[in-house]
Amino acid sequence: MNKQSNTYTMIYIIVLVVIVGTALALTSISLRDRQQANADADKMRQILASVNIFPEKDIIDTYNKYITTDFIVDEEGRRTDADAFAIDVARESKLPAVERELPVYQCTLADGNVKYIMPMYGAGLWGPIWGYISVDSDGSTVYGAYFAHQGETPGLGAEIEKPTFSGQFAGKRLVINGHFAPISVIKSGMNPPDGADYVDGVSGGTITSKGVGAMIDNCLAPYAAFLDSLNSTND
Amino acid sequence: MANKSVFFNPLSKDNPVLVQILGICSVLAVTAKLEPALVMGLSVIAVLAFSNVIISLIRNTIPTNIRIIVQLVVVAGLVVTVSQLLEAYAYDVSKQLSVFIGLIITNCILMGRLEAFAMANRPWPSFLDGVGNGLGYTIILVIVAFFRELLGSGTLFGYQVVPQCFYEAGYVNNGLMILPPMALITVACIIWVHRSLNKDLQDK
Repeated sequence: MNKQSNTYTMIYIIVLVVIVGTALALTSISLRDRQQANADADKMRQILASVNIFPEKDIIDTYNKYITTDFIVDEEGRRTDADAFAIDVARESKLPAVERELPVYQCTLADGNVKYIMPMYGAGLWGPIWGYISVDSDGSTVYGAYFAHQGETPGLGAEIEKPTFSGQFAGKRLVINGHFAPISVIKSGMNPPDGADYVDGVSGGTITSKGVGAMIDNCLAPYAAFLDSLNSTND
Repeated sequence: MANKSVFFNPLSKDNPVLVQILGICSVLAVTAKLEPALVMGLSVIAVLAFSNVIISLIRNTIPTNIRIIVQLVVVAGLVVTVSQLLEAYAYDVSKQLSVFIGLIITNCILMGRLEAFAMANRPWPSFLDGVGNGLGYTIILVIVAFFRELLGSGTLFGYQVVPQCFYEAGYVNNGLMILPPMALITVACIIWVHRSLNKDLQDK
């Protein structure tokens, strides 16, 4: 048989690709459940980090213990009971605010205090950044925050994932005098012009810091009505 | 060539990174910490050994004019499998390594070994050659990562090894060590030491 003929070559590569393709498809199908479980557990870990809970293991149990309900709100603050966990925040954050489905995770801490956790998604310098921010039941005071990134510069932009950065958010307000005012991320020593609360950006990570600020603005602004409704129920 | 030298040569005298200067790109990328460096090394060993064996098994059937494509298909298939396995069983590490597992495909060591060795040798020597070259690569990766993590973060495998009193006395982690340029300089220093010890590798 002539191994250099065109027919042989064509048949050879087709057979090879079919074999490799089948093998890959089988691997993918057999591992999918496990991978999805890992990804879900990782998301739960991140959500819990925004209320300062850092479980080493049994992430799913801890999550189910603290996150008592999750639901979706729209821009006008109307609440729908739906699976907030399945919402793709990356996709929602690119839609116009009125069309977005906004997930809220309700967390009941061990001392009975209720916190509301909102997801965020935006762009850093090199790739996506995302995070979760939790507010007290007054709908304004931040309880905790968690940020993550795909590939920001180590030592500079990547510092946003460190507690030294995210820890600054606790106690800041999202609503000031009844108006929604997203927390600014600015150079240390400066004040934002609109009087909003602010945290210090990362030195040398200006674009990433600005990305975090823009992400907070873009992702939390649609929650304004919801946060307002939290505030008025407490009055 | 004896099987023994096939396995041991790549560890030092014929090291893929130090002597053949292959696979430098990933050495720069994944060596800021020891753990991802080690996992990357193990992944390369697995992919290199198995692709060498597979190519060696089918070497006599491969049409010459598409041999590179066949090699690529086999390597790509194995790399995707490794990546999927890591995602299922070592999620945190796979997140850290992110795109670099996929980039094993472009690691020059793989194509180099397939083309230079597996295409002309039987499966068992090919397997040894794959493991040997993979180990040679891993050793360098781990050495580079050791220095970068120790000097850049003060930790090893994530455990703090530089005592707190050093920091109180004014010691500061060298932030430059965790940036890619220092990986290049570290590799250069290792090559320098290696050449000084092996006089026969020096250019006249």
